[in-house]
Amino acid sequence: MKLETLEQINIERAARRPVFVVTDVASGEQRLVKAADLAADPLREELAKQLRMGRSAMIEADGRKLFVNVHAPTAQLVVIGAVHISQALVPMARALGYDVTVVDPRTAFASPERFPDVPLIAEWPDEALPRLNVDRFTAFVAVTHDPKIDDPALLHAFKSGCFYIGALGSRKTHARRVERLKAQGASDAEIASIHAPIGLAIGAVSPGEVAVSIMAEITAALRLPKAGAP
Amino acid sequence: MLDRNEDILQAAEDWKKEGRGVALATVMETWGSAPRPAGSNLVINDEGTFLGSVSGGCVEGAVVTEALDVIASGEPKMLEFGVADETAWNVGLSCGGTIRVFVEKVG
Repeated sequence: MKLETLEQINIERAARRPVFVVTDVASGEQRLVKAADLAADPLREELAKQLRMGRSAMIEADGRKLFVNVHAPTAQLVVIGAVHISQALVPMARALGYDVTVVDPRTAFASPERFPDVPLIAEWPDEALPRLNVDRFTAFVAVTHDPKIDDPALLHAFKSGCFYIGALGSRKTHARRVERLKAQGASDAEIASIHAPIGLAIGAVSPGEVAVSIMAEITAALRLPKAGAP
Repeated sequence: MLDRNEDILQAAEDWKKEGRGVALATVMETWGSAPRPAGSNLVINDEGTFLGSVSGGCVEGAVVTEALDVIASGEPKMLEFGVADETAWNVGLSCGGTIRVFVEKVG
């Protein structure tokens, strides 16, 4: 591998942009495909599929064996609300490989005793979120039940292209949230992107079960193909 | 998305820029109960220092030895290993597994 290729991989990774290295196994020849160039690449369908699955693999193209190494950013989970559900959700998300950050301006909730060893930001979402690199490899959940905290957080998430946005609350609570967000300028598409009530419908009762339903829904959003996408 | 190759690849870049000989080993194919998926990296420098893994630890020694050859010659190599049954038993699989590892020089 050329040093220049390695440098490019590291630059893309540091910026949380996916990058592919395609190696011709017979000749050792290599080329780099950046996310921005994916749409124009002859292997775009294969590459997009491998990116979605987070899987590197050998493929055949034009009778040649090619190894496609996918360097995808580590998925992150941003949790708004240092609540009971979050205490169950955080270790589960970590077990699934996510980098997790919890944001809650209420210091009584956002305490290291309740969230040992977890990056915890006891600030309002408006202050905390711009620093967090919320992007399309981010799952975003708002679970405080407090509009003063959840609403501005969701408005930020809308602008960040998160692959998943979920908000805790019953249908009734959500209907009121929709009204508030619309009043603050959220589009219909943005509103529709919120998974609410949050989590797959598995009859979850305990915080742990709710966490399972949320992580299952996030996994589906990450791994299942989107309509119209390769 | 859920692997952590970034620090390993950064170390490879740093080593190279310090003037060291560096090789990059990548798992390209796996069969059976291989412990590390395709795309996993091991980076090796000319002092024999290595980071990362291409298996549960059973073939790293051999990869490092081959990597030193690759650093010296500049010629890439494809290595194939059957994962030792002893290792396979540890994870509850007796079938073993096979991995193919591509070793190339950086720079």
